[in-house]
Amino acid sequence: MDLTNLAAIELGRWIKKGEVSVREAVAAQLAAIKEKDKIYHCYITVLEEEALVRADEVQEGIRSGKYTSPIAGVPIAVKDNICTRGVRTTCASKILENFVPPYSAAVVEKLWQAGAVLIGKANMDEFAMGSTTETSYFGATKNPWDISRIPGGSSGGAAAAVAAGEAYAAIGSDTGGSVRQPSAHCGVTGIKPTYGVVSRYGLIAYASSLDQIGPIARNVSDCAAVLEVISGNDNRDSTSAPQRQYHYQEAIKNGIKGMKIGIPADYFSDGLDKNVRDSVLFAAQLLREKGAVVEEFKQKTAEYAIPAYYVIACAEASSNLSRYDGVKYGYRAPEKDLGELYKRTRSEGFGEEAKRRIMVGTFVLSSGYYEAYYNKALKVRAVIKKEFENAFSNYDILLGPTAPTTAPKLGESLQDPLKMYLGDIYTVAVNLAGLPAISVPCGLDQNGLPIGMQLIGRPFGESDIIRAAYNFEQAYRFSARYNIQNKKEHIENI
Amino acid sequence: MKSYETVIGLEVHVELATKTKIFCGCTTQFGGLPNTHCCPICMGLPGTLPVLNKKVVEFAVATGLATNCKITRHCKFDRKNYFYPDLPKAYQISQLYYPICRDGGIEIETTAGKKVIGIHEIHMEEDAGKLIHDPLENCTLVDYNRCGVPLIEIVSEPDMRSVDEVIAYLEKLRLILQYLGVSDCKMQEGSFRADINLSVRKIGAEEFGTRTEMKNMNSFKAIARAIEAEQKRQIELVCCGGSVVQETRRWDDGRNTSFAMRSKEDAKDYRYFPEPDLAALEISEEWIAEIKAREPELREAKMLRYEKEYKIPEYDAKILTSSKKMADLFEETVEICGRPKEVSNWLMVETMRLLRETGMDAEELLLKPEKLAVLIELIDSGKINRTVAKEVFEKIFREDIDPELYIKEKGLLMVQDDRLLKEAVERVFERNKQSVADFLGGKERVFGFLVGQTMKELKGKADPGKVNALVKEALQNHIR
Repeated sequence: MDLTNLAAIELGRWIKKGEVSVREAVAAQLAAIKEKDKIYHCYITVLEEEALVRADEVQEGIRSGKYTSPIAGVPIAVKDNICTRGVRTTCASKILENFVPPYSAAVVEKLWQAGAVLIGKANMDEFAMGSTTETSYFGATKNPWDISRIPGGSSGGAAAAVAAGEAYAAIGSDTGGSVRQPSAHCGVTGIKPTYGVVSRYGLIAYASSLDQIGPIARNVSDCAAVLEVISGNDNRDSTSAPQRQYHYQEAIKNGIKGMKIGIPADYFSDGLDKNVRDSVLFAAQLLREKGAVVEEFKQKTAEYAIPAYYVIACAEASSNLSRYDGVKYGYRAPEKDLGELYKRTRSEGFGEEAKRRIMVGTFVLSSGYYEAYYNKALKVRAVIKKEFENAFSNYDILLGPTAPTTAPKLGESLQDPLKMYLGDIYTVAVNLAGLPAISVPCGLDQNGLPIGMQLIGRPFGESDIIRAAYNFEQAYRFSARYNIQNKKEHIENI
Repeated sequence: MKSYETVIGLEVHVELATKTKIFCGCTTQFGGLPNTHCCPICMGLPGTLPVLNKKVVEFAVATGLATNCKITRHCKFDRKNYFYPDLPKAYQISQLYYPICRDGGIEIETTAGKKVIGIHEIHMEEDAGKLIHDPLENCTLVDYNRCGVPLIEIVSEPDMRSVDEVIAYLEKLRLILQYLGVSDCKMQEGSFRADINLSVRKIGAEEFGTRTEMKNMNSFKAIARAIEAEQKRQIELVCCGGSVVQETRRWDDGRNTSFAMRSKEDAKDYRYFPEPDLAALEISEEWIAEIKAREPELREAKMLRYEKEYKIPEYDAKILTSSKKMADLFEETVEICGRPKEVSNWLMVETMRLLRETGMDAEELLLKPEKLAVLIELIDSGKINRTVAKEVFEKIFREDIDPELYIKEKGLLMVQDDRLLKEAVERVFERNKQSVADFLGGKERVFGFLVGQTMKELKGKADPGKVNALVKEALQNHIR
């Protein structure tokens, strides 16, 4: 059998029982990457030798009782904006092409302590700016369900790797939907936790007040297990929430009888693809059948989320990305004059989308525009947050689509950036409000492309959305119904 | 010129005396090889995050309380964005919208009387690194050691009208900071630096004139010179029908003149916005009370206590408390040997004289209280006299010698033995028979000469009172 088809914690169990060695698992994973990554290009860096050395060390650690977590021995991919000590971390940008951090991100340390095996650094949109993984300096990642399409983004490499069997699970980052949207497009599960649940230490910032690291995996249980490993307070991140440890795996088992689920009616307006709409409403019906109370409600601020998000994210990005100036590390244009050095390094080092957002951000923070743009966006953000708070006084979770369409064709989105930004309509509000959300696959469209449903929780309500997602998953059995290998069949059935 | 008045406000940057930097655990120690006091956080490497040093907040609050400011209970940091190689993140973490302290003031006293100078705000921020030009390689090198060293900026209201007021304000402020222990305030090392905002206007005018900002003064004297020069420059401009340009100027103390650095038009747009990497800082009533309770005795209280507890004159108390170091030295010495007035005299007279001679600042004093105490005990027990003591003191001051050892080695102990003293008197009488005869003949002022000769014979190492008595006794013996 193909080991790489197993789910992450399933493999963890096999390893613990001694039915598979860590080395076998890692070798099988590396072989799969070797075969498939030529096609999908999920990785910027594959840690071939390191992973094998690590495999033996983990094997010994499992034997001695050092590693006991459910993901001990499991190969995991990490998005390339998360620092890995001694391993280059590029943010998919020319400007950091050869940057090797002297430290690891908090999540990487936690994965390490849990006995996970880091298998590679996943491709992404440059500096996590984009929804397609096409803005990567290292080239686009292809959607494993249809290689003429994008995998979503910005954690497109991570989601595609999980979907294609090139990783059992992956760690992504989500600033405006970057974990959830590619998970939806690739038919996998992804969680964007409450802001502060996972330490941002070592995550190369795009927009600090919105960035949050989250897991991507083939099912809800795997996601919960990985999130349990990477979450918890970190005193190196001042925005980290105080709770030291979170427990998600137990909550999964409970039913959802009586759970109150709200559906924002506005999420189902004109821009939404019909297949997506039908699948998500079908999912809602399934949850109702499982005992949840599902009802529609009005959310007034949805249309303001995108402009507010792009103002705030770009403003923070323009400042966060200023440090890449050619002086200390990374790409440096051969110029003697300081002004020229800055100009050329940044002109040549950043791609189009990064430059566009830096310019937008610089503009909205400029004196004379700050009030009209940035400050107004902050006010909108507060209103959006408040509206969510109100919704959560009536509902335990909210339900809607993750993205308005399934994965577009390669090259389509970047021709019209504004249209691409509008694709973030269901995801960005969650980041603005700092809420947890999960995307679970809930069907295929007429082209056989996966559709994702988003469940949004109240702050620190990860257990609620994980439980609802798990109950849905068990009822719908997406992975059993559909898989990439027999995609053609599915299309004929639809 | 007389019909104009000068309006001055100051921005004082103070480096805080915390052991570690504001957002990481690196040492703040001055000096050190380039780029050895830094880490990925203060160098702003990608992915790193700042964590606020609590001590910085406590120092800033303590300063605010001592300068009668309101403490901002919900305070935030902001980013000040600009590109420069000494700023590795390309933004400085500072405070614009919610500075930690606001609306305070301190009272100053000049010959013109007492006056309160308002403090607009105090905010916390991080220092930048340093650029060093290498003429050999013709390149510029960066040293990040100072990056992230905590600073507070104390912004006054434009309440000062003269050099005297500025200096009085700065001296008072510096004393407060030193007494609080929040900074060593060494101007030479840049841990206390002031920028001057200055404008002139016709006396009686309501509106302020256009102001300039003057930078780069590294002593109080330079500040005084810069103010004199700038007010003269502005008045001359305005008198001749010209106008002052709003700009930043750089003081060149060597040439006693200033140069325009940048005008308002090309002033940078810093694009301040709230720092998203740091949570808002909540300063509770309890925390403020705790900081207040820990506030050390400040100068005014100390002066009063000195007069009361040590029974020393107000004048002494004022001089002794004019520097924290001096006051500490005074108290520590008295603690060992008592004798407050005697200790005070040594500090006020000899110590001050040597400070002036060496051009040192009182804060740089190396004098150890134990040694001054030993010296005073040596005088009290009659082992050395005052003349010798002054010589020994100077050695202690300059070279930190051990006074007892020094006296022994140099043979400076006073001759105590009466027999030896009497022999010395006899030798002097023997050599100066005529003088003795003169005295006996009624020339009483010869007495002083004989005492002096005897002291000389003893190489000064005798108690002059005792020698006096012995010479008198010997002369009386001659009469008989």
